[in-house]
Amino acid sequence: MINLSGIKRTTVYLTLLTVLMFGFGYALVPLYDVFCEVTGLNGKTGRIYNAEASKLVVDADRFVTIHFDSNINGNLAWKLKADQKFLKVNPGKFYEVTYTVENMINEEIIGQAIPSVTPQIASLYLKKSECFCFRNQVLKPGEKKNLTVRFEVDKDIPKNVESLTLSYTFFRALREDKKVS
Amino acid sequence: MSTIAHANHDHHDHKPTGIKRWLFSTNHKDIGTMYLVFSLIMFFIGGSMAMIIRAELFQPGLQFVDPQFYNSMVTVHALVMIFGAVMPAGVGLANWMIPIMIGAPDMALPRMNNMSFWIMPFAFALLLGTLFIEGGGPAGGWTMYPPLVLQTGKAFPFLIFAVHFLGISSIMGAINIIATVFNMRAPGMTLMRLPLFVWTWVITAFLLIASMPVLAGAVTMLLTDKYFGTSFFNAAGGGDPVLFQHIFWFFGHPEVYILALPAFGIISQIIPTFARKPLFGYASMVYATASIAILSFFVWAHHMFTVGLPINGELFFMYATMLIAVPTGVKVFNWVATMWKGAMTFEAPMLFALAFVILFTIGGFSGLMLGITPVDFQYHDTYFVVAHFHYVLLTGAVFALMASVYYWLPKWTGNMYDEKLAKIHFWLSTIFANVLFFPQHFLGLAGMPRRIPDYSIQFADFNMVSSLGGFAYGISQLLFIYIVIKCVLGGKKATAQVWEGARGLEWTLSSPPPYHSFTKPPKVTKALMDY
Repeated sequence: MINLSGIKRTTVYLTLLTVLMFGFGYALVPLYDVFCEVTGLNGKTGRIYNAEASKLVVDADRFVTIHFDSNINGNLAWKLKADQKFLKVNPGKFYEVTYTVENMINEEIIGQAIPSVTPQIASLYLKKSECFCFRNQVLKPGEKKNLTVRFEVDKDIPKNVESLTLSYTFFRALREDKKVS
Repeated sequence: MSTIAHANHDHHDHKPTGIKRWLFSTNHKDIGTMYLVFSLIMFFIGGSMAMIIRAELFQPGLQFVDPQFYNSMVTVHALVMIFGAVMPAGVGLANWMIPIMIGAPDMALPRMNNMSFWIMPFAFALLLGTLFIEGGGPAGGWTMYPPLVLQTGKAFPFLIFAVHFLGISSIMGAINIIATVFNMRAPGMTLMRLPLFVWTWVITAFLLIASMPVLAGAVTMLLTDKYFGTSFFNAAGGGDPVLFQHIFWFFGHPEVYILALPAFGIISQIIPTFARKPLFGYASMVYATASIAILSFFVWAHHMFTVGLPINGELFFMYATMLIAVPTGVKVFNWVATMWKGAMTFEAPMLFALAFVILFTIGGFSGLMLGITPVDFQYHDTYFVVAHFHYVLLTGAVFALMASVYYWLPKWTGNMYDEKLAKIHFWLSTIFANVLFFPQHFLGLAGMPRRIPDYSIQFADFNMVSSLGGFAYGISQLLFIYIVIKCVLGGKKATAQVWEGARGLEWTLSSPPPYHSFTKPPKVTKALMDY
C-alpha cells in the first residue's frame, strides 16, 4: 500500500537525521577536546591556580624526575632550549623552570608552542599554573626571550611513575590576529 | 502472469524514447540499469588503475610510472572502486529489485532517484579530471589524512567537492530506499516477511544516512583548513591531525559495512534458491545484520591502533572489534545451515555465492587478526591489510555483485545468459583473484608496506605472482562484459520463475518485467515464500 503522507514524513525525518549527523561531525571537534581534557590525552595537562598553591602538602620523601624537551617545527627558524635538562621534584611543591627561545633570522615572526606530556597516564598530575603554550609569541629579528613554566606534580601521582617528560614544540603561528587558548 | 516476449511494445507500457528516456527517467528499472552500467564502467576504470599498479609492482625498481603518479593511481583506484563501482552497483540493484520484491509500483521518490543518479557522472568527472590537470590527481591515499592531503595541489578542491557530491548522491539514494520500504509494501508484506536483500538494504541505508554526513563534515574541515585558515587538524593552530582520523573512521568503519551488507543480502537470496530450502534462521539474519550495523559505530579506532591511543582505548576497541565476529559468524553459520541437506545445484550465481562464503570468511579471519591490538602493530599499513580488504571487498562484495548479476540478469533481460561461459568466468575469477591476493598476506607479514611503488628485492617473487594473478583476473573480467552483452542481445528465453528454487514476488512477474509493474498491489501470503 502506498502511504503518501508516510513517504513525506519519512523523508522529512531522514533529511533531519542527515543534517543532524553533519552537525555531529562538527560536534566531534569540541567533544574530542573535552575528552582529551578529562583523560589528559594529547598533552592536556592539569591546571592549578596560584591561590591554591599555599594549601599544598609537600611529600618530601618522594622524588619524581621531570625531563624538559624542546622542539621546533620544520618551517620556523627559531631555536628553543630548556635551560635545565631535568629536575628532581617533590610532589606537592611548586617549581619554576625557564626555556630560552631565539629568533635566528632577520624577520619578525610569530610562533606558538604546543605542549605534550609522557607517559600519558601522568599528564593530569602535572599541574601548571603558568605556561607559555597556546599563546602567540612575537620575536623581533634576532630577539632572545625567556619563557617561564610554573608547575607542581600532584602528590596523588601513581607510585610507579618515577619520571615524566614535558615537551614543547614551537610552530609558526598561522595568522597574527589568531589566539587559540 | 502473461509472458510478453517484447514488453517494450506493449500498448500500456508508455515510456519516453531515445536519450530523454534515460536523462529524465523516473522509472526505477531504468535508473537501476543506469546505476549498474555506470558501476560496471567504473569497475573497469578502477580496474585499469589496478593494472597500472600491478605492472609497476611486477618487479622491484621503478619501471613504468613515476612515484607521484603511482600514488595517485592507488588513491583514485580506491575512490573509484568504493564510490564508483561497489556502492552504485548496490544502489542499482536496490533500485531494480526492491520495488518488485515488496510489490511497489516504483520507488517512493522517483525524481530524487533520477537526481541521485545523475549527480554521479559529474562527481566522477571532477575526480577523474584531476588526473589531467597540472600537479596530477590526489595522491595522499583515499583516507585523505592531513597534513599529507593538504599538500595536494590543484586537485584538492576537486577531490573535496567530488566527495561532497558522492555523499549527497548516496544519501538521497538511501532516503529513497527507506521511504520506499517503510511506506510502499504490498498488503501482507510484513517487515518480517521482507526478502533479506531488502532488509540488508534498509539497514545499509541507515548506515549511509548516519555516516556520510560525518565524512562530508570532515572533508569540509580539510577544505577550510587549507583555504580559510581554520585549524581543525593543524597542530600549529592548536588542532590535531589525529582528530581527522577519528572523524574519518567514524564514517569509514560503517562505510565498509555499507559495501558489505548488501552483499550479505544478495547471498541470502541466492543460497536458498539453489539449495531449494528456505533461509535458515531468517530472524537471526535480520538481527545479526542490525547488530553488525550498530556495532560498526563503536569500533572505528581499530584503524588507528598505532596513533598512540591510551591502553584502555586500545583494549576497548579491540574487544568491540572482536564482538563483530559474533553476528558475522551467525550469518556464515546460517548460510551453511541453509545448504545443509539441500538439493543443491551449481549454476553460476550459486558458484559465486559459495566462493563468497568461503573467501569472505578468509577476509573476515584476517580482519580478526588485524583487530588484535598487539599484533596490529606489526600488520598496520602493510600488504597484509591490502590482502585483507581485497578479500572482503573483491572476493566478498564484488563476487556477490557478480552473483547477483547472473542471478537476476534473466529476470532483467528476459534471456538466459550463457551458463558455460559464466562458469568459465567464475573459475577464472576465483583462481586468479586468489593468485592475486593470497601472496599479499605473506608480503605483509614479511613487512612490505602498502602504498609504495618500489620495494626491496626479497619481496620480488610474491609480487610477481601477485601481478600475474592481477593481469589474468583483469583480462577474465572482459569475459563478463561479453556474457552480459550477449545475454542482453538474445539467448534462450527465460521463464517468469527463471530458477526452479526461486521464491518471492519478483519471480511472479514476467521476464523481463513490464515497464510499470505492480501498479495494483499484489496480495502477499506466507505461501508465496514457502518451499
